[in-house]
Amino acid sequence: MDLVQIAVMLAAAALYVTILPVCWRGWALMIGSATAIYWLQPSLAIRWLDYALPTATLALAILGWYFTLPSGVKPKLADAAACGIVVLIILVLSLARHIEFPLQLTTRPPPLETIVIALVVLSGLGLLFRRFLPPKALLWAGLFGMIALFIVVKTPVLAQEAAHLLRLNAGQDVSLAAGSELGWLGFSYVAFRLIQTIRDRQSGILPELTLSEYLTFILFAPAFAAGPIARAENFVDSYRALPSLNGRDAQRLTIGLSRIASGMFKKFVIADSLAVFSLSHTLAEQAQTTGSLWVMLYAYGLRLYFDFSGYTDIAIGLGILFGILLPENFDRPYLKNNIAAFWQSWHKSLSDWVRFYVYSPLSRAMLRRKPKPSNYVIIFISTAATMVIIGLWHEVALPFLIWGLWHAGGLFVHKVWSDKTRTWYRHLTPGRKRVWTVAGVLITLQFVMLGWVWFAMPSLNQALAVFAGLFGVNIGGVP
Amino acid sequence: MPGWEWLTHAKYTGIFILRVLLKAAMLFVIINLLFALTNPIPALGTVSIYNLLAPGRLRLPYGESESSYNLSLYDLNAMFASHTLNGRRNSDEATVLVVGDSSVWGTLLENADTLASCLDQRGLSMDGRPARFYNVGYPTLSVTKDLLLLDRAMAYQPDMILWLVTLESMPRSEQLATPLVQNNASAMRNLIAAYGLDLDVGDLRFVDPDFIGRTMVGQRRALADWWRLQLYAFPWAQTGIDQVIGEYTPRSNDFDENISWYGFTEAGQLDDSALVFDVLDAGMIRAGDVPVMMVNEPIFIADGANSDLHYNFWYPRWAYDRYRQLISNHAGTQGWNYLDLWDAVPSSEFTDSPVHLTPEGTQVLCDQIAMVLEG
Repeated sequence: MDLVQIAVMLAAAALYVTILPVCWRGWALMIGSATAIYWLQPSLAIRWLDYALPTATLALAILGWYFTLPSGVKPKLADAAACGIVVLIILVLSLARHIEFPLQLTTRPPPLETIVIALVVLSGLGLLFRRFLPPKALLWAGLFGMIALFIVVKTPVLAQEAAHLLRLNAGQDVSLAAGSELGWLGFSYVAFRLIQTIRDRQSGILPELTLSEYLTFILFAPAFAAGPIARAENFVDSYRALPSLNGRDAQRLTIGLSRIASGMFKKFVIADSLAVFSLSHTLAEQAQTTGSLWVMLYAYGLRLYFDFSGYTDIAIGLGILFGILLPENFDRPYLKNNIAAFWQSWHKSLSDWVRFYVYSPLSRAMLRRKPKPSNYVIIFISTAATMVIIGLWHEVALPFLIWGLWHAGGLFVHKVWSDKTRTWYRHLTPGRKRVWTVAGVLITLQFVMLGWVWFAMPSLNQALAVFAGLFGVNIGGVP
Repeated sequence: MPGWEWLTHAKYTGIFILRVLLKAAMLFVIINLLFALTNPIPALGTVSIYNLLAPGRLRLPYGESESSYNLSLYDLNAMFASHTLNGRRNSDEATVLVVGDSSVWGTLLENADTLASCLDQRGLSMDGRPARFYNVGYPTLSVTKDLLLLDRAMAYQPDMILWLVTLESMPRSEQLATPLVQNNASAMRNLIAAYGLDLDVGDLRFVDPDFIGRTMVGQRRALADWWRLQLYAFPWAQTGIDQVIGEYTPRSNDFDENISWYGFTEAGQLDDSALVFDVLDAGMIRAGDVPVMMVNEPIFIADGANSDLHYNFWYPRWAYDRYRQLISNHAGTQGWNYLDLWDAVPSSEFTDSPVHLTPEGTQVLCDQIAMVLEG
């Protein structure tokens, strides 16, 4: 979100708490969020794509709700109304082809007939799947379909292929197709929220949600682009309490606005300043000394924290103003004295998500195996799978895979170390414990910072060159 | 309501919000008033992390490309505070300022290849002390801009000044066209008054901010520039880059038949009054006892179409010949230490303009100047 987008959301929040009738709050959030995803989506080179991708997000969200509707539960009138409103938004925005709106929400969309045909086909497929597939198979189909789409969008080669097809379809020069053209804003978060609701329905813990509740949960504008990833049951608690919420509560306004101010300072002052000299492919090649690389690396790590936690503060602050409580995402991660504690305080909503949907089921499945593998094998495999998924969630590429394994290795070593030294540690004097705590903070910080090299460099060779350069070895490209 | 308990721990009321807003508004007004009344920008400019946490820049900040880790700003204090000149530690060395335009600053040259660096590497001495050359060139064509920078640089008590000039920096009509001059209106007006320069103190191009323009809100650009300059200290320290040197379009070698120059068409029309010799005189007076060597810098001499009429894209032959005659006469009359190196560098050693040199061309120029300094 840039400053204008934050200002617009603040203005919307002001109208929301001052003049909007309380009974319309839920609807306003749904309509506002469904519209905002078009506005937030950056322009793309492929024709119609910056209209098509938000529309696809809406379609996926509606299908996600429809597929996770408990069997035997029929959509209600309110759900039909919500669906109708979303279709209306899609069609009204498509009129941007013909009418100059004062506020341009999307660039030139495709012709109306194309949109109508696409909507009819999607609705037909949704109805057919729901009618003819058994409920369990429907959920598995939805789950694998989302995972497959996620892999396509996040794998550069596949994304480039998709861009190629989209360019072909749009009659544009296919030789210019690039994976980066598939800049689907918010998709990573939308995909994980959709997968989450499907898994929760499979395990029976997903509360029954109206379409309006479900759409707002998936698309809630302040958290759409960069999270945090709420749990549906927590989100819907806030959502259902909206009518009883005192929107002009000074307490809420103060905390929400303070949070936004703090986030803006972190993001636009600290992070943007650090960005000037934080590690990048170009700067790494220009670095003249080993010390320079270390400065760049720490600047990168700090920038990442201030940028992301600043964004989270803004999202949480806006959520508070709108009456939606979003989960915390950061808790002073660079001051933690071990890597496990770091991951409990860095991008917490994602780590919690992966722990809940990957680590726990995988380790439970291995515990049930006969013969049961050793505990350390179970821990290592579960941790590796968890961290690799967190890595690949950013992009399906080798550096992110290695970054995931880097942290998996760190978590595993920490686990073994803490198991082996627990008794010894208990008998340390308080003074020595403090020394170990400080040492733990420094070691963890250094380990995490070094890990960012995999994250920051676009290719394995460049990452290796930076790694070598950090230790004074020149293997080409950096000092 | 679930999940919101933490919100009730503190007690913020509507009155509290109003008080905060009121205090914030009052602080905003007070700070902006104080800012407008005290103008802290020059004082802030002297605060710099260059020469403290990061090495000083080898040339004045100039540039608009983020990838060059450099920027153009107008605060002379901040510009000089970031310069290595401001971080001199060795009082036993002789300080030599090299003043001039983009050819001195070093457009398309690495820092190690500029004239100042080249002279520095020669290990010259002055009065038995090692001479250290500082690049205070700035890439705009105006000797009035040179005077402004020289005036500011005199605070560093130089032992000698090398001042490189060319005709294109001399037309009276162009002296106030450079943004650095326009945005230092007060300093420039003082110089005009002090030396009786034939320049208009009421020139509309001078930037004179009104009251709102002097508040913190009005000066946000200057503040942001100062902050950006400090931030760029880190990439400068890490990379040593302050200019992106890429592909360029070579200077023209072929010209049309039009031989007018700033409205003049023949040597008889071009006299002392059209060129700002008064500004050069002012520079000499400002230098006081500090010796100044005035250098007419090398120019590209073309051999293409109509090169019998033009030396290069800037100069019709008649105009440049007349300028050389005028400046030589003026230097003689005033007793300047004047060195005319107009044709000292082969044509092959010019890059994208009639005065920008290649590293090899700079070496040639450096040789010539060093020879005179040694002699």
